[in-house]
Amino acid sequence: MVRVLLLVLSSILTIVLIYILGSTKLAPVALGKLLSPQEGIWQNAEAINQTYNEDIRFPELKGKVDVYYDERLVPHIMAEEENDAYFVQGYIHAKFRLWQMEFQTHAAAGRISEIIGDRAISYDRNQRRKGLVFGAEQMLKSIESDPEVLAACDAYTAGVNSYISSLSSSELPIEYKLLGYQPEKWNNLKTALFIKAMTNDLAGYDHDFEYTNALRVLGEEKFNLLFPAIPDSLSPIIAKGTPFARPDTTYMPPANADSVYFHSTDSLWFTDEFKPDPANGSNNWVVAGSKTQSGKPILANDPHLNLSFPSIWFEIQISTPNYNSYGVSFPGIPAVVIGFNENIAFGFTNAGRDVKDYYKIKFKDETRSEYWFENAWKPANQRVEVIKIKGKADILDTVSYTVFGPVIYDESNRDKLNTEGAYALRWVAHDPSNALRMWLLLNRAKNYDDYSAAVKYLNVPGQNVAFADRSGDIAMWAQANFPLRWKGQGQFLMPGTDSSYMWHGYIPQQENPHAHNPVEGFVGSANQRPVDSTYPYFIPGSYDVYRGITLNKALAEMQNITVDDMKKLQNNNFNVFASQALPILLMNIETGRLDSKDKEYLDILSHWNFYNDPEEKGPVCFNTWWDSLQAVVFDDDLNRSPLPVIRPERFVLLEGLLRDSIYRFVDNINTPEVESLSTMVTSAFMRASTVLKKIESEGKLEWAKSKNTTIYHLLRDGALPFAKAGIMNGGGYGILNATQHTHGPSWRMVVHMTTPVAAEVVYPGGQSGNPGSPYYDNFVNTWAEGKYYTAWIMKPGDANDSRVKWHLHCRP
Amino acid sequence: MKFLVSIILTALLAFALGLYLPWWSIAIASFAVAVFIHLKPGFSFLSGLIALFLLWGTMAWARSAANQDILANKMSVLVLKTENSLLLVLVTALIGALIGGLAALSGSLLRSVMKSNN
Repeated sequence: MVRVLLLVLSSILTIVLIYILGSTKLAPVALGKLLSPQEGIWQNAEAINQTYNEDIRFPELKGKVDVYYDERLVPHIMAEEENDAYFVQGYIHAKFRLWQMEFQTHAAAGRISEIIGDRAISYDRNQRRKGLVFGAEQMLKSIESDPEVLAACDAYTAGVNSYISSLSSSELPIEYKLLGYQPEKWNNLKTALFIKAMTNDLAGYDHDFEYTNALRVLGEEKFNLLFPAIPDSLSPIIAKGTPFARPDTTYMPPANADSVYFHSTDSLWFTDEFKPDPANGSNNWVVAGSKTQSGKPILANDPHLNLSFPSIWFEIQISTPNYNSYGVSFPGIPAVVIGFNENIAFGFTNAGRDVKDYYKIKFKDETRSEYWFENAWKPANQRVEVIKIKGKADILDTVSYTVFGPVIYDESNRDKLNTEGAYALRWVAHDPSNALRMWLLLNRAKNYDDYSAAVKYLNVPGQNVAFADRSGDIAMWAQANFPLRWKGQGQFLMPGTDSSYMWHGYIPQQENPHAHNPVEGFVGSANQRPVDSTYPYFIPGSYDVYRGITLNKALAEMQNITVDDMKKLQNNNFNVFASQALPILLMNIETGRLDSKDKEYLDILSHWNFYNDPEEKGPVCFNTWWDSLQAVVFDDDLNRSPLPVIRPERFVLLEGLLRDSIYRFVDNINTPEVESLSTMVTSAFMRASTVLKKIESEGKLEWAKSKNTTIYHLLRDGALPFAKAGIMNGGGYGILNATQHTHGPSWRMVVHMTTPVAAEVVYPGGQSGNPGSPYYDNFVNTWAEGKYYTAWIMKPGDANDSRVKWHLHCRP
Repeated sequence: MKFLVSIILTALLAFALGLYLPWWSIAIASFAVAVFIHLKPGFSFLSGLIALFLLWGTMAWARSAANQDILANKMSVLVLKTENSLLLVLVTALIGALIGGLAALSGSLLRSVMKSNN
């Protein structure tokens, strides 16, 4: 009897233990499953000397494909058919980056709550409300109506799915094991969603709500002073003085704009919590043979994005009978995205143009099924979004679609500040788009005509596309569908009760800013406003000012340029903003008010060479002083309202000081006396000094220590051991080497248009997405030191080259 | 001798089942061996415990060694909040051992209950 009792007891104990260790119901992780050597994470501990040799039959292939991996695990795909190459590219993307591909497209589709639970509901809802899935569906229609693009996407999708079907549960990427879910099948909609995710990152930034608030708080005169359209110091992409064609039609604001738009008194209470990072940007430039030592053009590109593991980029070579291209690809879409082939090179920077506006919608009743438009109630298309939540019941959210686009904000999606209106979003990202065709054509392009025909397919996100070819042509197109607006249109929230505030179509493509073999012998972009004030269109946006100044000045001065010069320029740490601002600050400081510690910091600043090098203390002292000055100057004006208002960009204050030393904002409106610039600068310095003492006591006065460059895993705080922190490098915001705390050059490439084409490349990551692989982060140190790898452009017939480490043999 | 055979058989069966079945198949292996190889319940428990401790410990250790502990160092920080790959191997081995031992005990008790009923 005792034995029976014991048997029951020990059996129950065993089963309960298995249940606890196998599920996340009682513990945060299923430790038994996770640590099982045959099923769990130990399976992801790749042997250091692991082989990537494989021999696989793929019935989907039409011809032979051979993939040769070099020692950096870069695959060189040699295919007899172009679509076979995309099939294998899909397979390889999935093999090394499956979790990331799916996670990023889930994020675009607002499906993160499915994976991590209810803390992502608000994020998911906003993604749905922005209409990202709707935009992807529009894009899918365009893909499906273009047989060539469709065939490439179908092949790519089949390749991804071939890998997914071959996966056993023990081989799942580690993130699936940690979060306890399974990959689903890939499809072309996911490819479109990936492009929409990039579009949201690159063309999803606006400050219409904040501007509207700021206009109300400040009044028109002060607003225009603080938020000018064109900086004095602008050094545009298209050289100043280049003539522009006059448009046939000039659009004027509607008659009521002065009362209902520019001087609206509506009360607003909005913030968008999920804004893309305004620092998303990049550098690219091309120099003509006339300026290089070799007599051949050089193209350089470094896109600045959030630095993450796994990297957004995957390096690859694709060789087909039609072309042989090399560069980086996005896991999620076919072809090379930034790179070169045997004839041309192409690179991208973000255009930063505003392509996103809001219209105030008047609904008939709370069902939001009809809205007032052109003197009638018009039915809205309603789309029910189902947000699935891990471990909880689904949430339904009905989104009304108007002639403008989806209603992003209404009473069921109000932020914490609670507004009363409903606003529809008009965004180029919702238009049909065949942008993928641009990349297919760029991979095959042989000359300027091919390139300029290819870029026309890019409607969004707006990009400055740099070009160089072996025959000596260089070019740049600032390309996308950019709304045709009257001056001031779309800067603030607009009335949506009739069509008078709608866009007038797009700026004609031929009139997008461009340069082809400019007389200067170079053309570069660094996210600045592309043109000076003589451009005949209103082009609001979020532009950088200072990188463009450094870049254009350097390129204008340089002669006999070599590839090494271009690498140095990409890693240049010169802080042109500080070089303009610091002398004014130093000139105005009242040293009599400072104590000895203050003077130590002042001494650091007066001896600083304006380079944001890793060991310099000047950058930390300068940034702290400047931030403090901005607060001293603007807070009294902008803090008058509890509403969210955007801060003026730093060029505004600097140019104000340069133009006129008694810049009107200097006076603190909360005090009776009129403050002088010296008083303000000195007060700001003394405030900064207090902050600097704290920074120094933490040992973070040196720039690299203060900046603490960190590459996070996509799961951020949920996977901190997978991150790499404390990377000691220089650079910063507004500097060509744009490395900030967790944002910066995500790929550096310098292409020399010799015969054959040669390239130097690096990115902060590694080819494998597996945190347990030696190839997860093996490029990071090279990148941090400003060094590069020489790209090996493999030729058919190089199969026995010593640079081949592994061979993936694919046959139909 | 029987004790040793029982340990070896348990480890082998657990490994084989693990190739096809989920991780908890180690319980089936320990249970089955304990039913068929007669040991006192205490020894059966020890046999299952030792078999799985060695099997899981060795497999985890070997994989981690071939990986130069890259993953185990990161995972130990994530799971155990301390960077110690060997500790993660030990925790792995102990989880296997605990389930192996308890399942073997249950198997042994079942056998003795059935015997006394006969």
